[in-house]
Amino acid sequence: MSKIKIQKKSPHIDMTPMVDLFALLLTFFMLTSTFRPQEPAVIDTPSSISEKQAPDKEILNISIDKEGKVYFNLDNGPDTTTKFREKVLEKMAEQYKLKFTPKQYETFSKLSAFGMPVQILNQWIDKKDPTRRDEFQKQLKEAKKDGIPTDSADNQLAWWILLTRQVDQNIQVGIKADMETDYKAVKKILDILQDKKVNKFNLTTNLEKVEVKIEN
Amino acid sequence: MAEIIENSSGKGSGGGKRKPKKYSAAIDMTPMVDLMCLLITFFMLTTAFSKPKVMEIVLPDKTIDTNIKPMPIDKNRAVTIIMAENDIIYYYEGLAKADSLPSLIKTDYSKDGIRKFLLKRNKPLLEQIIAFKEKITKGELVLPRDSVNSELKKLRNKDKVGPIILIKAADNIKYKNFVDIIDEMAITNIARYAIVDLNHLELKMLETAPK
Repeated sequence: MSKIKIQKKSPHIDMTPMVDLFALLLTFFMLTSTFRPQEPAVIDTPSSISEKQAPDKEILNISIDKEGKVYFNLDNGPDTTTKFREKVLEKMAEQYKLKFTPKQYETFSKLSAFGMPVQILNQWIDKKDPTRRDEFQKQLKEAKKDGIPTDSADNQLAWWILLTRQVDQNIQVGIKADMETDYKAVKKILDILQDKKVNKFNLTTNLEKVEVKIEN
Repeated sequence: MAEIIENSSGKGSGGGKRKPKKYSAAIDMTPMVDLMCLLITFFMLTTAFSKPKVMEIVLPDKTIDTNIKPMPIDKNRAVTIIMAENDIIYYYEGLAKADSLPSLIKTDYSKDGIRKFLLKRNKPLLEQIIAFKEKITKGELVLPRDSVNSELKKLRNKDKVGPIILIKAADNIKYKNFVDIIDEMAITNIARYAIVDLNHLELKMLETAPK
């Protein structure tokens, strides 16, 4: 009797298609994902039922932290050629008779939110890396010199808003304030915006589902 | 990445009949798959949640046009909500007059607080909205999303009996309170509300308000 030979089968499954698919998905997600931009202050937003998504282009963001300090941010517009940030800074420099170098303009266009008077903005731009900029912002906070000035004597925020709207007429305004911020501080910012003829605001909130029923 | 299946007939390895030792050319891809799985999950979760949500509010233009008279508010529809310190809400129905100050009712931002009252007041409109939404979920009415919203807007504009809410803020309230009350308006589908300042009568009423 001859021995029956069992055909040897490899226990391996061919994972190639799976790996292919995964690689594809991974590339897709890596390319499409947008990471959260750096925030100058920790802001814990309140929640609402609104499901509207924040616009990711052409938005002027005003952040208000717990102490009522104001931070300002805007994007570069629909594409990189529009250079809104540079244009706004140019106008701002003209307004406050300041000088920025071309390199500073270029660096500024790549940065995000800031909260300081425009007179010391060049110091912040000149910092070598994001960590040093954060440190600079923190030092200002300790010295209580942070935030965009909003008082009537030198209302820089009003100028930032006005000049931004001159550069881009379609810009939308987003307001991000902390839950614990005093309403008066927020109201003041809303008033400044309304003086500049901005009547529509996007308040950043967290999504929270609520079910309602009518009781009889 | 493809798996190469080695040819079992060992031709071309010289003239001898000695078979070359077979090595599997397949690489174990499990760790790679593991890693990719992990990365995909990470990217999927971060992308989905990183887009913030916004609540849109539109405030009336501040430039006063003398040609337009302010709309008179029906006494029976007026409801004034006053947001006060420590997450307290006071409200009263009707309008305040110097000779007969209405008493303030104290409530809060919870589910059984102001929401219950607003739902009760806004019942006629809410019933219409719920009936309309039901029609859509049951498929009796097929509409694109945009026209659903405009239909809802129409329903709100047609509303003639629902409350007109005047939202007022006392001192020392937090931004959270403001967002909460606007949100409450959205939850209870209030058709008309406005954010206004406190008048002197209400300041007086607040002094004697229940703490």
